[in-house]
Amino acid sequence: MNLVFRLAWRNLWRQPRRTWLTTGAMMFSNMLLVFMISLQFGMYSLMIDNTLQAFTGHLQIQAPGYIDDKKMRQTVADIVPLAESLRAELTAQHVAARATGFALVSSEERSYGIAVFGVEPEFEDDVSTLPGLIAEGRFLRDNEAAEIVIGAALARNLRVALGDELVLLGSGRDGSFAAGVVKLVGIFDSGIADFDRSVTEIPLGFFQDMFYMNGSGHHVVINAGGIDGVAALQSRVGSLLPAGQELAVHDWDALQPGLQQAIKADMSSAFFMYGILVILVAFSVLNTQLMSVLERTHEFGIVLSLGLTPGRLGRLVLLETAIMGMLGLLLGALLGGLLTYWFSINGFAYPGMEELAAKFNLPARFFPQVSPLTLLIGPGVVFIFTILAALYPALRLQRLQPVEAMRAV
Amino acid sequence: MHMIAILMRLAWRNLWRNHRRTLIMLMAITLGAWAMIFMTALMRGMVAEMVRGGISALPGHVQVHHPDYRDDPSIANLIPMSDSELSERFAGAGFAAWASRVRVPAVITSEYDSRGVTLLGVDPVSEQGLTFVDDNPVEGRFLESVDDAGVVIGKKLATTLNTQVGKRVVLMSQDPDNEIADRGFRVVGLFEADIKAFEENYVFAGKATAQKMLRITDQVSELFVLGSDHRNVDEVYDKTVELIGDRAEVMRWFDIDTYLGSMLKVMDGFVFVWIIVIFLALSFGLVNTLVMAVFERVREIGLMLALGMRPVYILGQIVVESLLLLAIGLAIGSALSWAAVQPIKDGIDVSIVGDGLDMWGMSNMLYPELLLSDVILANVVVLVLGFLASLSPAWRAAHYEPIEAITKV
Repeated sequence: MNLVFRLAWRNLWRQPRRTWLTTGAMMFSNMLLVFMISLQFGMYSLMIDNTLQAFTGHLQIQAPGYIDDKKMRQTVADIVPLAESLRAELTAQHVAARATGFALVSSEERSYGIAVFGVEPEFEDDVSTLPGLIAEGRFLRDNEAAEIVIGAALARNLRVALGDELVLLGSGRDGSFAAGVVKLVGIFDSGIADFDRSVTEIPLGFFQDMFYMNGSGHHVVINAGGIDGVAALQSRVGSLLPAGQELAVHDWDALQPGLQQAIKADMSSAFFMYGILVILVAFSVLNTQLMSVLERTHEFGIVLSLGLTPGRLGRLVLLETAIMGMLGLLLGALLGGLLTYWFSINGFAYPGMEELAAKFNLPARFFPQVSPLTLLIGPGVVFIFTILAALYPALRLQRLQPVEAMRAV
Repeated sequence: MHMIAILMRLAWRNLWRNHRRTLIMLMAITLGAWAMIFMTALMRGMVAEMVRGGISALPGHVQVHHPDYRDDPSIANLIPMSDSELSERFAGAGFAAWASRVRVPAVITSEYDSRGVTLLGVDPVSEQGLTFVDDNPVEGRFLESVDDAGVVIGKKLATTLNTQVGKRVVLMSQDPDNEIADRGFRVVGLFEADIKAFEENYVFAGKATAQKMLRITDQVSELFVLGSDHRNVDEVYDKTVELIGDRAEVMRWFDIDTYLGSMLKVMDGFVFVWIIVIFLALSFGLVNTLVMAVFERVREIGLMLALGMRPVYILGQIVVESLLLLAIGLAIGSALSWAAVQPIKDGIDVSIVGDGLDMWGMSNMLYPELLLSDVILANVVVLVLGFLASLSPAWRAAHYEPIEAITKV
């Protein structure tokens, strides 16, 4: 074994330029793959976390069918006690109840139709980043108080300031007319005008009175901290639900189907590109190894006639490729790791990306993280394809006739 | 001139001396060229589809608003010029299409539920084919005139509101004096949109009917103009500014929807990066091939030099060989990418990740867009960079010492 390895090693350096060029192709692709995959995976998890922790949560308990129709009548009965009992069971996660309605929100001068969320003031900041975005005033405090927090853009459009009164008009759970007067106690600023214009929050207790909810609500939101283990948590929550009522537990993928699919769409185009890169490297290896085999026809003829089996020669060629591939893998992963590490400290930005990033709840500057997975997945695939590419030249050797081969120049 | 012909012949014959190596390299270049152009066509198609969707949603290439409308899209910010004056000015201006509309936030209420929507008071005749609804099958009918008494709503909104064609709904907004303005409408039609959010968001009514409901006369919220090409809107923009003067704000589509605008720019940059990356992956193999070709022919090159061939012709011979190889690969690759686009010209159904594409602002069909400019860009970049890459091995070949080279084994 040791002898074969030494032979292979020396063979590689008979043509150092060629070997380095081929290794260079691998290093280049590996470096790029490590960096791109680290960036991509980092972006995906950030996208998921930011989107889910902003408002949706990782799991929600809803009435069956609510997810499709979002009708006011599809409620979860006695939602506060339900959230309370879940909170007692799920100590590692955060739980809060919400109700959703639509109302015409009017100030003295203006009216806007907008979604109104009834939230538990005490627990909302466990499942949403919104309470932390309050730019003026404070978040809700009392579950029964006639108070409201709205977005900065909406406050501007309604021409209201803290302390002003707003009138809410909407339809209640039974379709009847629902009305209330609330005091503006807080203004949040998410930086996204559309979001600021589309969400308002009032205390859940007040919401239930105003919209004739009779103690019911629409969502129990569970923040699991991260997406790992959500499936197990989902079945656990399912088993904790009260027997009397038919309820559905949805995971984040069902709640935000776009998220997973946007990632899939992005991934499939990225993988197409990576695939092309890998195949181009494989061609490069194929070319090099074929040349190196053809060059040595004469020499191979001699060793064959001396009694070496074609099988061992084939293994020699594969070993040469494997050494070269390993060199490319290690150096490429090292360079890629360093490149990613540099960006993980200094951040990566691409001109014009801020706009695109904001749309997916991402910051304008990314800090890709190196992990063993992102470090090895790309170079590993390149290595496999490198070996596959060397199969053809190695198999060609099996048909070599010693005498003919020796005559070759 | 004569020399070039000889060099061409020499290079051509040299290329096929080792046909296996040339073929492998040719396959790599072909695959690279195909991937460059085909992938670019898909990405271009994706962005074009987003821009198309975006422009039909805005709608138009150039829009006119009250200067405060974009921050505060309410009835208070109407274009400070009467609608009839606008028509007078725009009618004879020779635009491909233009229309004006009332666009205000409103609340729609059925007997079951209510939602916040954007009410569009439109002239169905002048808007035909300009926005996202008219291209799609409509249940019931679309509006027929500016004083049509019905409304057309999205299919999804109809489900949420539990209403259907023939049923009545109430729309509520406010008039310029901040009084509630409401009116009952019969739903006369349902529209479907590629982007599902539009179905929940927009309600179409006749322009005159909407004006009557909002208690305004002969005024509109926005005017939009459609030119012939979304990439070149300056002419339309300048003409619109001329017609409007400084009485209202005139904006181009990419200033209004900055997400779309930067998407287009980022994509232009990305296409270039992609072409370069593929080239770099190819370049290792290309240089390698040339290095080997030179190495094999050291003696023959030495002989040529000894016989008096000038070094520059040796250099030329190698460079021409490289360019020939690239040109053949590029030609086949370009042809293949054209062929690959043909069967999917009518669109690929990508609805499997439809919700995700909704997030990007894309519809469920992807139409590849093969631009001649991209084909030329890819070919030119590869030829120019390939020329540069082949200079180093060619330079070495041209500077051999004749005696040394001839005596080399």
